[in-house]
Amino acid sequence: MNNNNNPEHSEQIAAFHHEMLRFAYLQLRDRSLSEDVTQEAITSALERNNYRADGELRSWVFAILRHKIIDCIRERSRHPSTQIEHDEQLEQQFKQNGHWHRDHRPADWHNPEDSFSNSQFWLIFETCLNQLPESPARVFMMREHLGLEVREICRELTISESNCWVLMHRARMRLRKCLEINFMQQGQPG
Amino acid sequence: MNCKHATQLMSQAQDRSLSRRERLALKLHLMICRGCNNYNKHLGFIRKAIRQLGTHK
Repeated sequence: MNNNNNPEHSEQIAAFHHEMLRFAYLQLRDRSLSEDVTQEAITSALERNNYRADGELRSWVFAILRHKIIDCIRERSRHPSTQIEHDEQLEQQFKQNGHWHRDHRPADWHNPEDSFSNSQFWLIFETCLNQLPESPARVFMMREHLGLEVREICRELTISESNCWVLMHRARMRLRKCLEINFMQQGQPG
Repeated sequence: MNCKHATQLMSQAQDRSLSRRERLALKLHLMICRGCNNYNKHLGFIRKAIRQLGTHK
């Protein structure tokens, strides 16, 4: 059925196969599910074979993968179990009066965009994302990585809008803290 | 407004438009709080980083 496949395309896709897996895992947190969606995305990319130039292959395959991931999240969220628990790590950053504890007050990061060209930064960034607890991570990634609106996310996951805000906030608090501790305070090279 | 409340509003400001009252309260707080000012910049940075996640090599 794949007679019109261009072998060059298969080779190119193989080159970023691992990256696709990582991309999927960041959002699904499940190895075998990530492998499934990645495989499906590749198969459907090769079958359709209707992109124009080679340079577009990568972004085209990732666009397909993105849709597969959204489908997968939708399928899974038919049986939701999102519970909002107390977040000790967040609470302890503030004093009783709600102001920052001196040790947790966000620091000045000095030109953080410079780190975009630093591979060490991306490694830490992904590690921090992977360390987010599951519920905040899912909401946050659906919003920021897949670009869905909050209302849409609440509906998909059947959680209240206010819980959605709470989860999003917790994800950002943790991610920020993780980056500050593990990268921004370590002195950036360059 | 305290910092805890301000961080919640700053997060929501990434995803919805705040009411006038919320915007004003947050603005006043940011004028006097360096920690929250930094926090706000960090949120913008994190969003930029996420958008680059699929594209960096």
